[in-house]
Amino acid sequence: MADVKKIATRESYGNALKELGAEHADLIVFDADLAGATKTGTFKKAFPERHFDCGIAESNMIAAAAGASTMGLVPFASSFAMFTAGRAFEQVRNSIGYPHLNVKIGATHGGISVGEDGASHQCCEDFALMRSIPGMVVMSPADDVEARAMVRAAYEYVGPVYMRFGRAGVPVFHDEASYTFQIGKGEVLREGTDVAIIANGLMVAEALAAAETLAGMGISAQVINMATIKPLDEELVLQAAKTCGKVITCEEHSVIGGLGEAVCGLLSEKCPTPVRRIGVNDEFGHSGPAGALLKQFGLSAEHIVEVAKDFCGK
Amino acid sequence: MTTSEKKQLMAAACKVRMGAIKGVHAAKAGHPGGSLSAADLFTYLYFKELRIDPKNPKWEDRDRFVLSKGHTAPGLYAALALRGYFPEEDLLTLRQIGSHLQGHPNMNLTPGVDMSTGSLGQGVSTAAGMALAAKYQGKDCRVYTLLGDGEIQEGEVWEAFMFAHHYKLDNLCVIIDNNGLQIDGRVEDVMSPYPIPEKLRAFGFQVYEIDGHDFEQMETAFNQARETKGVPSAIVMKTVKGKGVSFMENQAGWHGKAPNDEEFEIAMNELSAQLAEVEGM
Repeated sequence: MADVKKIATRESYGNALKELGAEHADLIVFDADLAGATKTGTFKKAFPERHFDCGIAESNMIAAAAGASTMGLVPFASSFAMFTAGRAFEQVRNSIGYPHLNVKIGATHGGISVGEDGASHQCCEDFALMRSIPGMVVMSPADDVEARAMVRAAYEYVGPVYMRFGRAGVPVFHDEASYTFQIGKGEVLREGTDVAIIANGLMVAEALAAAETLAGMGISAQVINMATIKPLDEELVLQAAKTCGKVITCEEHSVIGGLGEAVCGLLSEKCPTPVRRIGVNDEFGHSGPAGALLKQFGLSAEHIVEVAKDFCGK
Repeated sequence: MTTSEKKQLMAAACKVRMGAIKGVHAAKAGHPGGSLSAADLFTYLYFKELRIDPKNPKWEDRDRFVLSKGHTAPGLYAALALRGYFPEEDLLTLRQIGSHLQGHPNMNLTPGVDMSTGSLGQGVSTAAGMALAAKYQGKDCRVYTLLGDGEIQEGEVWEAFMFAHHYKLDNLCVIIDNNGLQIDGRVEDVMSPYPIPEKLRAFGFQVYEIDGHDFEQMETAFNQARETKGVPSAIVMKTVKGKGVSFMENQAGWHGKAPNDEEFEIAMNELSAQLAEVEGM
């Protein structure tokens, strides 16, 4: 994938906001002193009169966005995943989730690929936190094309949405012309019969690379991009489990509470199937270059191949 | 304020207090102390200050009220019922399964409630967000929010105050119910928020200090607040927790406790006597 164009999905977020902002005057943006990093600065440059910096005060930002939404506006509130899902969890739960308000949370710098900033900023718990809130849509895009389509879908959907974007550049593999995005629908990127690999975020590209390697070893891997973690595309997961009989989940998140557990929860109740979860194993990250960290924590095509080989008894 | 207008407000406030006590007694739980300290304020807002239409609770251009100290919902509900948002009998369903009157305000269930609150510190932020949105939309509606003096111990409150001043939210009016007591005792013993007016001034607010049981002082302060331009306004009201029921007054123990049947009867008799006195004025 060396020659493939790489774009960080936070860039996609900023670009999508700017594009949507031109179409919809009711779209406003809140940020918490991170407009340069979250890329809402792209929107700010185009629409300074409706970009509201809240300073380093995420709790107030989230609740203020909730209040603004009751007036009929569609606020997108942004900061790092750690400070939206994490610090402002209770504001998201009580001021957005409980009244089911139309606020979109654009959380960037999710996962371990935050890199050099280290564990304090590497949020690997956001899917778990946000999934636990009734009525919250939780999503994480795999590339630029999907990220921009997701932001548009989030605007059009009425209700609370949490979107996690990444800091690091990721390969763009979707074809913009033919791609469509639907909240709650997974996407089969590669057919296979021996093992189903269900991934999201930057792990989708890794899963695709792993499937290619596995094919050379005689293992037929299905690859599913599960950009929406909640509501989960149950039909697709069940279908994959029935077809392959083995499921591997891959996410740049703790193995606790994220996509892996969502898939396990579904399968254990409706179609018991052996599952291997690839993610961060109940530990904190640390500083280092994103690529090296991802390899170290097993968030790589190589690790997926190892797990799949072992899983399939090869 | 004319004498008859003042008399009407005083009578309505007695009824709001009775409604709050009835609800808490029927629920065998709830927060009477702060409901009573804020009863005159609820009355003034819903019968004098707010631009509202009880027949059209979701009217887009209405003024908003956010009860940031959401636990005093029984007082708010009593005022809303008296104002005609829903039948007064509903007050007896407070906190029961199936009731639209939750333990803390729910905007999706109760007509007239503009924001779901209960977790202290968040309501004021949502009110600030509403005021900001109204400005962006070019609406001339105003946003009011009531906080407890204990509530302002929450850090988020001061984030919201900074935000309100930074964005020049002169359509926002913050009201502090300074009844001096919180669950664990006197606010200055638990974690002093004092001096409140000075802190608010330092945060850029135009501050008015009033007796929260005096409608004439309320009128002056709210009229001036409405005329304040360029900065948010704050009304710090000195109040008596449990005001109107002798054995609840200035007792932290009545923060979140329901009266038993005997206490209920005494409370209602006292409030009825006050109402009769006002009506005989």
